[in-house]
Amino acid sequence: MTKPLLELRGVSKAFGGLQVISRLDLVVGEGEVASVIGPNGAGKTTLFNLVTGIYRPESGEILLDGQPLVGLPPWKITRLGVARTFQTLRLFLNMSVKENVMAAAYGRTKAGVFRAIARTPGMRREEREIERLAEEKLAFFGERLMGYRWNQPAYSLSYANRRRLEIARAMATEPRILLLDEPAAGMNPAETHEITELIGKLRDEGGYTILVIEHDMHVVEGISDRVVALDHGVKIAEGSFEQVATNEQVVEAYLGLRGAA
Amino acid sequence: MALPERPDVRDRPSIGVDEWVARHGERRVRRTGRLAPAFRAVERIPPPARIAPFVALAALLPFLTSSDYVISVGFDTLIYVLLALGLNVVVGFAGLLDLGYIAFFGFGAYAYAEFSSKQFHMHWPTWGTVPIVMVATALLGLLLGLPSRRLLGDYLAIVTLFFGQAFVTFVSNANRITPPGHSGPVDFTGGPNGIPNVDPWNLFGLKIGSTKGYFYLALVIAVVVMLALYFLKESRTGRAWRALREDPLAAELMSMPVNRLKLLAFMFGAATAGLTGTVFAAYQQGVFPSNFDVPLLITIYAMVILGGTGSLVGVAIGAVTINVLLEILRTADQARFVFYGFILAGLLRFLRPLWALAAVLAGAAIFGIALHELVPHVVSGATGGTAEGGGWLSRAAHAWVLLPKNGTLVGNYCYVGLVGLVLLLVLLRGALRLVLLAPVLYLAAFVWENRLVQEPSITRLILLGAILVVLMNARPQGLLGTARVEIV
Repeated sequence: MTKPLLELRGVSKAFGGLQVISRLDLVVGEGEVASVIGPNGAGKTTLFNLVTGIYRPESGEILLDGQPLVGLPPWKITRLGVARTFQTLRLFLNMSVKENVMAAAYGRTKAGVFRAIARTPGMRREEREIERLAEEKLAFFGERLMGYRWNQPAYSLSYANRRRLEIARAMATEPRILLLDEPAAGMNPAETHEITELIGKLRDEGGYTILVIEHDMHVVEGISDRVVALDHGVKIAEGSFEQVATNEQVVEAYLGLRGAA
Repeated sequence: MALPERPDVRDRPSIGVDEWVARHGERRVRRTGRLAPAFRAVERIPPPARIAPFVALAALLPFLTSSDYVISVGFDTLIYVLLALGLNVVVGFAGLLDLGYIAFFGFGAYAYAEFSSKQFHMHWPTWGTVPIVMVATALLGLLLGLPSRRLLGDYLAIVTLFFGQAFVTFVSNANRITPPGHSGPVDFTGGPNGIPNVDPWNLFGLKIGSTKGYFYLALVIAVVVMLALYFLKESRTGRAWRALREDPLAAELMSMPVNRLKLLAFMFGAATAGLTGTVFAAYQQGVFPSNFDVPLLITIYAMVILGGTGSLVGVAIGAVTINVLLEILRTADQARFVFYGFILAGLLRFLRPLWALAAVLAGAAIFGIALHELVPHVVSGATGGTAEGGGWLSRAAHAWVLLPKNGTLVGNYCYVGLVGLVLLLVLLRGALRLVLLAPVLYLAAFVWENRLVQEPSITRLILLGAILVVLMNARPQGLLGTARVEIV
């Protein structure tokens, strides 16, 4: 395996009496696409919330390239190189498509309020750079988010395009690792197929390390270098897609105990 | 990375349903109709330059009138514009419901007064005082923001409302505070009597003494503040504010420090209000606790909401509209024009088809003339009341509307009846509504001529309220606001 980029060591999280994640160890190597699968309520999204700093784990360590993330506010974690998308889309709906992406460049830019009011040359240069960055990220998705769409509000986009815009927005923070929460949810088969190709392209051309939550097994099979299966917050299997898909515990978690009925 | 070229017709991607939309090319929203070229011409002008004609028009005001009163109304309007612009940073840009905003205006005014009056016998130069007051007000905004930055929506509203009220209570009572290590009580704010004899603005020897001078001062400040806020809005900070207004959690996860940005919005709003306060205190030559109470807060909110939260030009237009309307409604003759004009405009806007409009207008006219002919034969004293005001509109109205001798009393009862009938009218649909509309219009005119117009300076708030209700129903997003989509 390549050098580990994201590392979780013995991470636990409980909501009241409900143990959502218990003593989870997880390593994502640099340049890898790792998938997290598991039935509903297995703790997959909680895992993302822990890594991005929305929740704080009760115990354990989360390291990005050796740097501890636990206790940092979300915006600092994002600046260190972790960006995510949301299972339930959370775009800035009333802002334009391009503005959505430009807003996410906040952490990488510096111009303060007084330079903005004075419109210094440096500030204007930075604005142009942000704009170019946004166009570049949107161009990653081909024609779909280009041209006249730039100035349309995000709410006017179709569902699939909103998912793409969320990925573009996450890319604008210039992350080292992208966390994609069910990128193919709610997409038709053609769009799902396309997402599979896109994730490959994100790794190969974009150079991102990717951790993805996905329910669609075709997508998981198509993209994953490694698959991690969770159930009730416990890692029950890890390995290649074939290894995990044939693992008895995984089959049990998804389909119930054989002969139990 | 280069932008991809437009794909050739043959190799257009076949994957994905929404490609159909992409194939239909530039589906930009285009304005249509006769005014389209004018709109396009305006859109070509850079936004900061678009306010130039309005500023020029405002600058001409002192040349068009010799009345100091009119210029003072213009000055008040500009103060309202400034306050609305500042509130817009907090409410419009960052989406924080700040009900303590007026306290910053008051703080700025009081702070200026402390440094420029006999209260402590300090008469600092204005170029020194104003920046200090602005920074101090911004810091006060920071102080208010610190404990309340994690509060959302309604909770933030009640905490800030308390702050605003606490400010008024404080300045009304801070005339007998004994500081530690001091022998007797010290008068800080003059208590309920305020601080009189505040120095005028004095810029490097140029004393601003006339109403006209303050009008131009306020105009210059308003333009500078507007431009500064426009540039701020179009910067990364402005984008971040809009983002956190849309979705604070997503903004935080997209590298924006949400709490700091909220505090920054508080500080900018407060600094703008503080600056406005210094001008106000100097113009009024005094500051009093009652200047900074809840009614002012409500007025400013009405201006921001009417203009369209988030739009700089919008909130300025909102401020001008409301303040000028309130002024016009002070005298009976002008108020009458507003009253009938607004009813007519409302009917023209909402009553369709045109025959229905014609029928209602004709119905109301005939109804009135018939009553005018018949009622005096039946009820004695139904005419002979005193008519208020003059002019052709007044004469026309009095040929149509009955003016009973005890008009004030009858008008009071009819006013209550009118409110009930209007509520009933809202519930009705179809032909019934049309039939009822004509008598209701007549009754409205009756109440207006017999009661409301007798004391326009008191009843103007009723009319303004009615106008706002109709306007906000017609354009819920405000005059220049953009309709926001919450769930799609």
